[in-house]
Amino acid sequence: MQLVLEKRAERSTFIALASPVLAIALTLVTMSIFFLLLGKNPVTALYVYFIEPLTDSYTLMEIAVKASPLVMIAIGLSLCYLANVWNIGAEGQFLIGAVTGSWLAVVTNGTGAGPWVLPAMLVMGALGGALWAMIPALCKTRFGANEILTSLMLVYVADLILDYLVRGPWRDPKGMNFPTTASFDPVATVPVIMDGGRLHAGVIITLALVVVVAVMLGRSIKGFEIRVVGAAPRAARFAGFSSEKLVVFTFAVSGALAGLAGIIEVAGPVGVLQPGISPGYGFTAIIVAFLGRLNPIGILVAGLFLALTFIGGEGAQISMKVPLDLTKVFQGMLLFYVLACDSLILYRIRLVTAKPKAA
Amino acid sequence: MGLVEAIIISIIAASTPLLLAAAGELIVERSGVLNLGVEGMMIMGAACGFAGAYLTGSTFVGALFGIAAGMALSFIFAVLTLGLAVNQVAAGLALTILGIGLSGLIGAGFVGEKIMPAPQLYLPVLTGIPLVGRILFGQNAFIYFSIALVIGIWWFLYRTRGGLILRAVGDSHTSAHALGYPVLKIRLLAVLFGGGCAGLAGAFLPLAYTPFFIPGMTAGRGWIALALVVFSSWLPGRLVAGAYLFGAVSILQLHAQAFGLGIPSQLMTALPYLATVIVLVIISRARGAAGSVAPASLGTVFVPDR
Repeated sequence: MQLVLEKRAERSTFIALASPVLAIALTLVTMSIFFLLLGKNPVTALYVYFIEPLTDSYTLMEIAVKASPLVMIAIGLSLCYLANVWNIGAEGQFLIGAVTGSWLAVVTNGTGAGPWVLPAMLVMGALGGALWAMIPALCKTRFGANEILTSLMLVYVADLILDYLVRGPWRDPKGMNFPTTASFDPVATVPVIMDGGRLHAGVIITLALVVVVAVMLGRSIKGFEIRVVGAAPRAARFAGFSSEKLVVFTFAVSGALAGLAGIIEVAGPVGVLQPGISPGYGFTAIIVAFLGRLNPIGILVAGLFLALTFIGGEGAQISMKVPLDLTKVFQGMLLFYVLACDSLILYRIRLVTAKPKAA
Repeated sequence: MGLVEAIIISIIAASTPLLLAAAGELIVERSGVLNLGVEGMMIMGAACGFAGAYLTGSTFVGALFGIAAGMALSFIFAVLTLGLAVNQVAAGLALTILGIGLSGLIGAGFVGEKIMPAPQLYLPVLTGIPLVGRILFGQNAFIYFSIALVIGIWWFLYRTRGGLILRAVGDSHTSAHALGYPVLKIRLLAVLFGGGCAGLAGAFLPLAYTPFFIPGMTAGRGWIALALVVFSSWLPGRLVAGAYLFGAVSILQLHAQAFGLGIPSQLMTALPYLATVIVLVIISRARGAAGSVAPASLGTVFVPDR
């Protein structure tokens, strides 16, 4: 007897909807086993991870604050992945967006500049992220260099650029030698929109982007082009769609969104440019994109769920002494389960009994 | 020991993990599978390798732990990509994220501990030869093994029937399947081999390079190993040249920093990563005219139809 994979005649819509739920369920089961191995009560641990953050208005706002960059980056990445373009350097584009946007905040610091500063910073951040993403895109279209490796390598470079700036030219002279810029002026800060927490206007931008991209994907010719190039490259060539232009387009959009997320994070919740502004948003966003089925609305839900694991993980670390790396393990595991369950959309698993041997 | 000799010895040490991981990945990719999880398998190899060596006091056991950890992770990858026909790029990324998390979890208890570094070969007379003695006859076992591994891989790929079958599977899984070769089983073995190599490469870091474990100590070496495979055009000989070139860049930038040439240290640290991008561009461009030399089935899903 043997288990074999068999192609379904049609993709299963039911499993397409059930797969993320099944993946989360499997992750919860595996998490429980991990907690048992660590000698913690799995019921309490899961409660701390997934329910407790939902019972308090401050942590609810924190979930939205964490989900905002994840969703924004993941939406851009989903366009790439739909078109079969593998941008995995969103973390670097996030950091460069934070840097280019912060430049304005640094040079206008204390000059009493008007309220134009923040919008200009956001534009600069998006442009910076897009330009940084152009490096792997053009290396691919011009020279055929693999975008997975080049975009990933540039994450390390971006990290070092940020490090250089905040330790060197941009360091706050009054900052007691800490590697950080001066605190941003109020005109360079994303305003908080609700009392009692850090919920900021960037969340509204994220929600608007979800709607815009959902409409673009479903209703525009560009959205159609992205899906065709990804799903059927040959058909796309016959239709006259240029896959090279699409590489540049999807990299530019995802880079811009990652850069925008970066500058909003710095000008919002963080308030200064400093190393360690991202707990790996650019990489977690890859999980968000897949968990959300590369669909803007799905990504919104998935982003909130992964933000919950971040906040819940911090809570569990404080109250239950669970290591913080456990959250990363769960996130990686979740991606595995999502991918495995997704396979069942196109295939079914069949038990095959060995054929009798020919005599 | 002279400065030149010291630099050469440190270049060899810096190149070895790259060479080990890339050699394993070369076999994986030759079988038509793209496993992007090298970084994750390496860091797990580092954490488990250190744990094994610390608990037993034996470098050898540590190395075995590292290999086992890499193979275990690669087995998960194999189940997904071969068993469930999952997209290999996405599964590889998942493997890296999982590996980084798990290694942090396992390694947390060992941060700050120290072990005895892997012993170095000592041959009377030979090791004492000026200049070349230490370089040729005074290294640790990992370094000799990495060279033997590449020679073994070359011999396997081009001088054995098994190697021919492996290349056939990587170039056209449909043809290999039609000829009756068990494509998925061959790929499984290749993926496990690659996992073992990546695990060993990771274990090399805390066992022989620095005698302690720090989370994230692979610092992108797994990704550089992946780039090296592309750089080598999937040829074992060029892999050695590539690995030593990158080792040299990463060591020479350290020495340049020590000289204090007035260049920001961050720029020097970024050199190996920038060099990877530049090398990829040059290689891909040179190949543009000649057509791709990658295994033809690389990264594509195979579901046998009966």
